[in-house]
Amino acid sequence: MENRSRAAYLVGPPALYLLLLFVLPLGIMAVFSFRVGTIGEASRHFTLDNYIEFFQNTSYHRLLWRSGLIAFTISAVSVLLAYPLAYFLVFIAGERRVTLMTLIIIPTWTSYLLRIFAWKLILGSQGLLNSLLLWLGVIEKASPILLYSRAAVVITLIYVWVPFVALPIFASLERIDRNLLEAAADLGCKPLEAFLRVTLPLSLPGVIAGFMFALIPTLGEFVTPLLVGGGQGSMYGNLIQDQFVRALNWPMGSVMSLAMLILVLLLIFVFLRAGTSTRLLEF
Amino acid sequence: MGRLRLPSPFTLYYWLVAAILFLPIILLIIFSFNSSIQLVFPLKGFTLKWYQQLFKSTELLEAVRTSILLGFGSSLVATILGAMGAIAMVRFDFPGKSLFVSMAAMPLVIPYVILGVSLLIMFHQVGLPLSAFSAGLAHVVVSVPYALLVIGSRLVGFPQNLEEAAMDLGCTYWEALLRVTLPISFPALVAAFLICFTISFDEFAIASFLVGTQPTLPVYLYSQLRFPTRLPLVVSMASILMTASMIAIVLSEWLRRLGETPHRRAKP
Repeated sequence: MENRSRAAYLVGPPALYLLLLFVLPLGIMAVFSFRVGTIGEASRHFTLDNYIEFFQNTSYHRLLWRSGLIAFTISAVSVLLAYPLAYFLVFIAGERRVTLMTLIIIPTWTSYLLRIFAWKLILGSQGLLNSLLLWLGVIEKASPILLYSRAAVVITLIYVWVPFVALPIFASLERIDRNLLEAAADLGCKPLEAFLRVTLPLSLPGVIAGFMFALIPTLGEFVTPLLVGGGQGSMYGNLIQDQFVRALNWPMGSVMSLAMLILVLLLIFVFLRAGTSTRLLEF
Repeated sequence: MGRLRLPSPFTLYYWLVAAILFLPIILLIIFSFNSSIQLVFPLKGFTLKWYQQLFKSTELLEAVRTSILLGFGSSLVATILGAMGAIAMVRFDFPGKSLFVSMAAMPLVIPYVILGVSLLIMFHQVGLPLSAFSAGLAHVVVSVPYALLVIGSRLVGFPQNLEEAAMDLGCTYWEALLRVTLPISFPALVAAFLICFTISFDEFAIASFLVGTQPTLPVYLYSQLRFPTRLPLVVSMASILMTASMIAIVLSEWLRRLGETPHRRAKP
């Protein structure tokens, strides 16, 4: 019993803090989504209009669907690019692997905004890519080939996520018992076969975790589209941000945020159900 | 033996990716020494004037100050809350434990834009004015999971009977925590603090909704990205900060490892 009261004293403050500043705001937002979308006295009333509008206006669904596709593409490509990186570090780099892993993490700890902004310099009409292509004679006139497009958003976010996706894959590859690979070889597996039948399946938890690491924040992304996406590259997160910053229709924005929240929770549920990496905070 | 060994394609791939990861950062640093206002190629000439002007831009320095204070405050609170939560999670079984763990992990997987707008609504409803302080309250929420992870994995690494030994020798439980657990997990506490600090210092999405008229550095940076003439200044500031944050990270990694090695394989 003594232990229980000690635990209560210890867990109380962080639990209370998260309840008040994390769970409660989400609850208030849920209530707010039923408010009338105007400022003033009328806003005290409750209505289902926001939901009706959300379900009837197909442009919201299209944008949500498109953002989902963009996020899936980004996460899938990031996994494909990060996997060989992690594989190299674990199976080839040997003693230096932690140092080399840290090396690719270092750039991610520099200003997020400016790393994205730097891509504007690379993709812009007088940027690095254009100068290079001009110099090579591939193109004759400079143009912002990739800037202000969905492709720019995809490229930039893949750049952002590859190192983060590599981390969980690295961790799951490290956990593989090398004896299993030896056994596979002894039993006549060729290296590729051993990879496909032993290494890859055992590293799937890391792959899925990495995929989710990239997918969820990308779904809500609004900064990168603002900086490099232009009109065509805008995402669902921009729509939410717009409702709060420019349109000032907070109840409508709340409906949109809730829709995204539910989508994300569903994804997490599926991901936990997949039976892999069942705990986010693993000790 | 004497044969020239070609590096494996994986090695080449690693260094290619590493080069691409560093490219944008190197580009920014190069531009911070470029004398032209426009950030385009070809470069004009070498200059240090942006760095000199930096110290005269009061708005920029004010934003840096805000970010440092906010980062310091939110990381301190997050580290304390994270330490309490981690001790409870690692050392005790209590009702609702798994509920607490899921709640504490959730901020990791919810898009920041949702956290930002939900807090915006709540602060507006309760009449809390928007400021760096309100952004700091939010930063604690997103930092706590990281603090829990870092401190928790340190606590798992050393045996509980050290606390029991202290209590056998006459300490109360809280004294044992203060005089045994805290000093032993000190490297992890510092590492957690530094990680939380870098998260808060670089966080834009949430802060953009909550800072009101007290811009943090990322919020200020964003507002300046629209004005081409202000860019070189911003880029040179960023170069200094990038260097500083790299040092902070390398330091925290070093501390974390320092703390982890001795009882790495001890059973929890």
